[in-house]
Amino acid sequence: MVVTKCTSFERLTNAKLFLLLAFFISGLHAAVLPEDRSDAMYHSYEGGGMKIDGPSILIRKSLFDKVSVSANYYIDNVSAASIDVLANASPYTEKRTEYSLGADYLINKTTLSTSYTNSTENDYEANTAYFGVSQDFFGDLSTLSIGYSKGWDLVGNSTDASFEEEANRQNYKINWTQIVTKNMIMSAGLETVTDQGYLNNPYRVVRFWRVENGVQTIGKKTEVYPETRTSTAFSLSAKYYLPYRAAIKLEGRTFSDTWDIKATNYEVAYIHPLNDHWHFEGKVRTYKQSQARFYNDLFESENFQNFMARDKEMSDHSNISYGVGAVYQHELADGGFFKKFTVNLYVDYFQFDYNNFRNELASRDDPGLLGNEPLYSFDATVTRFFFSVWY
Amino acid sequence: MSQYKYLFKSGLVFLLGLTLSACAIEPWVKPYERDNLADPIMSFSKDPVSLNYMHHVYQAREGARGAEGGGGGGCGCN
Repeated sequence: MVVTKCTSFERLTNAKLFLLLAFFISGLHAAVLPEDRSDAMYHSYEGGGMKIDGPSILIRKSLFDKVSVSANYYIDNVSAASIDVLANASPYTEKRTEYSLGADYLINKTTLSTSYTNSTENDYEANTAYFGVSQDFFGDLSTLSIGYSKGWDLVGNSTDASFEEEANRQNYKINWTQIVTKNMIMSAGLETVTDQGYLNNPYRVVRFWRVENGVQTIGKKTEVYPETRTSTAFSLSAKYYLPYRAAIKLEGRTFSDTWDIKATNYEVAYIHPLNDHWHFEGKVRTYKQSQARFYNDLFESENFQNFMARDKEMSDHSNISYGVGAVYQHELADGGFFKKFTVNLYVDYFQFDYNNFRNELASRDDPGLLGNEPLYSFDATVTRFFFSVWY
Repeated sequence: MSQYKYLFKSGLVFLLGLTLSACAIEPWVKPYERDNLADPIMSFSKDPVSLNYMHHVYQAREGARGAEGGGGGGCGCN
């Protein structure tokens, strides 16, 4: 029999450590509430046969200089004809509605934050509760934020009313923001996410070789994923104020999980104000990941292994995106309720390239290509147009 | 205990120790030297509604997640 000795350190639960840290930092220096503002945004994603757009409305207001409350209403109108849909189903439309309520509370010079989010689709419901604490210290040179969220989802299937599964997750976040010099600020973030439950998409299928009447052909069956997943991501960001009033941002992130996915992404952005009213932004972002260990574009047989996935987001792939943005800002006269407003337009262009996810539609016209179709790639355009007002 | 939980707890304990020593450190960038840092173009999260949306786009199209700030909610990924 193997006996594992548990140290006192190991017996400290994450929740106890979280509360302990929250207690100690609550006695330090001042924090500020988020600004009072409202935003109305139209967002659009178009590419790879998908069109997803809709509004997002965010309202935030402080009360008695102690509490700031916020509410967000968000819609995704989905028109889906992606490669997965075209290969295995029929194009469809659906709508996702998301509501969030949040509150930030200044107590003993510490900001405590909490929020609740509910997202519903015709076949999926997601709930998330969040609690966090944030504090400035080292003479306000540093800001430490820690957060915990718990999510509980119900997974359905629009073609099977009896199908109902659960998926639960927990997120632990730590973020440290540091003023380095009078022109430079840095931020480091660490986040661990654990999932448990039904983690795959009930509609997505894997494909595998099979022999039918002596002819080798392709069979399909629903994906099977492990019921647990734990991931850790670490990010490092820096912003530098250039001598002529402009800023440059550098960001990198590394990611790994228990499904053997490893990913990195890097971003560089440049922000250039033109005068008191305009500023412009440009950015480049790259992303690259390895595949999950149970991913395969085409399995050798129906029961080749316990867990089988063909989600292209689980495959070995990369993307690069280029973004531009323009913001018009106008300060309003003193004494009025509204202080200023901005009109913002951002457009990002993405190119996605998959290294072991093939375009199976190609072999419909030419069965000789089965298993050897060209690798899949697509491009997408993401647009954000929003109006913000401060009061 | 998994390496992830160990890493998380180690990070919390490290930050707890650092926090307790915070009062002894003098700020090397004085408040009157922070004009440039207070410029909105230096904010990491200037527009939360826009930032959260981009996180949602990344999470829907990429296998990685976490350490990117706010966000959350369902999918609409197919």
